Amino acid sequence: MADLTTKLAGITLKNPVMTASGTFGYGVEFADFVNLEDIGGIIVKGTTLNPREGNDYPRMVETASGMLNCVGLQNKGVDYFCKNIYPQTKDINTNMIVNVSGSCPEDYAECAARINELDNIPAIELNISCPNVRQGGMAFGVTTDGAASVVKAVREAYKKTLIVKLSPNVTSITDIALAVQDAGADAVSLINTLMGMVIDIEKRKPILSIGTGGMSGPAVKPVAVRCVYQVAKAVNVPIVGLGGIMNAHDAIEFLLAGASAIEIGTANFVDPAITVKVAQGISEWLDNHGCKSVSEIIGQAL
Amino acid sequence: MKKYIKDLTVAAVEYPHSRYVLIKLTDAEPLPEVAPGQFVEVKVEGSPATFLRRPISINYYDKATNQLWLLVAMVGEGTRTLGTLKAGDKLNLVFPLGNGFSPVQKAGEKVLLVGGGVGVAPLLQYGRYLKENGAHPVFLLGARTSADLLELDLFRAISDVYITTEDASEGEKGFVTQHSVLQTDKFDRISVCGPKPMMVSVARYAKQTATPCEVSLENMMACGLGACLCCVEKTVKGNVCVCKEGPVFDINDLTWNL
Ligand SMILES: Cc1cc2nc3c(=O)[nH]c(=O)nc-3n(C[C@H](O)[C@H](O)[C@H](O)COP(=O)(O)OP(=O)(O)OC[C@H]3O[C@@H](n4cnc5c(N)ncnc54)[C@H](O)[C@@H]3O)c2cc1C
Ligand SMILES: Cc1cc2nc3c(=O)[nH]c(=O)nc-3n(C[C@H](O)[C@H](O)[C@H](O)COP(=O)(O)O)c2cc1C
Ligand code: FES
Repeated sequence: MADLTTKLAGITLKNPVMTASGTFGYGVEFADFVNLEDIGGIIVKGTTLNPREGNDYPRMVETASGMLNCVGLQNKGVDYFCKNIYPQTKDINTNMIVNVSGSCPEDYAECAARINELDNIPAIELNISCPNVRQGGMAFGVTTDGAASVVKAVREAYKKTLIVKLSPNVTSITDIALAVQDAGADAVSLINTLMGMVIDIEKRKPILSIGTGGMSGPAVKPVAVRCVYQVAKAVNVPIVGLGGIMNAHDAIEFLLAGASAIEIGTANFVDPAITVKVAQGISEWLDNHGCKSVSEIIGQAL
Repeated sequence: MKKYIKDLTVAAVEYPHSRYVLIKLTDAEPLPEVAPGQFVEVKVEGSPATFLRRPISINYYDKATNQLWLLVAMVGEGTRTLGTLKAGDKLNLVFPLGNGFSPVQKAGEKVLLVGGGVGVAPLLQYGRYLKENGAHPVFLLGARTSADLLELDLFRAISDVYITTEDASEGEKGFVTQHSVLQTDKFDRISVCGPKPMMVSVARYAKQTATPCEVSLENMMACGLGACLCCVEKTVKGNVCVCKEGPVFDINDLTWNL
């Protein structure tokens, strides 16, 4: 059987499959369907320094081969996470990674500093690309200066593996990737959702409560693969690829485009056991193609 | 309650009416235990436009016959595709989800179950449960016209059924809240499932008469597991997931304008 372990800067994953933030809760919601320890890494819900109520309902709408959401980072804040969630998840033998968001560099840094204290959280994923909050979020991720300022502030406060999640809603994703690499990111993950809108033609108004939402699911996959490919050509840090992965075939595309690991998001809603099936499918594909390890194929399409 | 992902077998498909389909499911193994008011997330095969699963209430669950029924209104592409299922087909379900209706509070309590349209679906199972467990369910069902009244024989086999139709084709004319039984009778508590305006007006009646009342909400869902936070309802405790904390809520916990 092919070796599925993959390295992401300072951390080792038992297989390249992780879960995308905001789509897998804290993992425990899926424990009836999959053995969480069979997943390479679990990236938990977006966490902010202070609690956030998120946006009003409706927060989601389905679209051809995908969906849009405007959840708006609803979460109970980093202290609640540390006190109430972390104790429940810390002994799960996988890489638990916290997705961190904020509305100014100081908030991001303070939130990251508190997570730095948790022994069994080996990495954070910095969300500078959320399209669903007015202040902060994506605002940082769409300019090289903004992105670099947040990453610099967090880099000083956070000592472990720092993954920075990039937005596709930009003119040049490679410029942003290079800026966060220079500012101290250990890895980049991409893509976050694509900004979109759906209109109810009877009400003659957008369906989502804030008008726009982030699009995810198989419809965005070719955009995501293109982004990973371009960024892989430009940066030296490892890449985590995501956007629309529904099966092992999709995951392998991302690996070939240069991703060292992948994340599965919206597909968890369609099949709550999809993560382990994709890991299994990658393993079978490698065996069928005579590959000894997953690392052999990373970036082969470049 | 442990949740499962399972391929169930379609035992029979019935069409109570051209716009509704009743799907009777079974399995080779005993079906998992479910509570009244819980729901399933159905994977719709053969409809490329239907990407996400569809939440559907458990209409009927019976251990002896090992059956679980879904009563579905065909309103869009996904539910219409469910209407094309044939006996012997497989249907993939994630279930049981949510918390369901309140258990029996005291022996002999008189519980009014108010349903509108396809909202009657979970009330059949809840009525059966209440009766089997020593409570006294009474049904008040509303529809636009008599043809939209679903599973009446099954409801009548459990207990008294009061009916309103908007065109007076069956029962009293008007909306459920206009039915005379609400003036002549008293109930220990009320459970409601149906269109939002109906649930709001029943909740107002409950508030005026100081009757405890719970409603079953149908917010749009993606995961059904409390993971994505898409299905939230504003409550006195902030935004909570209907799929996990609900779908049944006490009206005092909601922020509706009653
Ligand atoms: C907890 C819960 C239990 C439910 N139980 C039942 C049931 O027992 N029987 C039944 O027939 N339906 C039930 N519904 C509603 C059912 O899920 C929707 O009607 C269905 O998802 C529509 O799918 P579609 O592809 O046919 O329609 P779409 O093409 O997606 O939409 C068609 C129309 O249906 C409306 N719709 C879509 N999703 C929902 C939704 N979640 N709630 C209300 N309206 C919706 C849309 O606004 C649109 O107007 C339930 C919903 C929830 C949340
Ligand atoms: C309901 C929902 C909530 C999300 N919440 C977050 C979040 O809190 N932080 C974040 O970085 N990304 C969030 N995302 C984006 C996903 O992590 C992922 O980047 C995106 O959905 C693309 O992947 P997919 O097509 O596999 O879902 C969310 C996506 C969805 C659908
Ligand atoms: S539908 Fe995902 S949290 Fe309720």
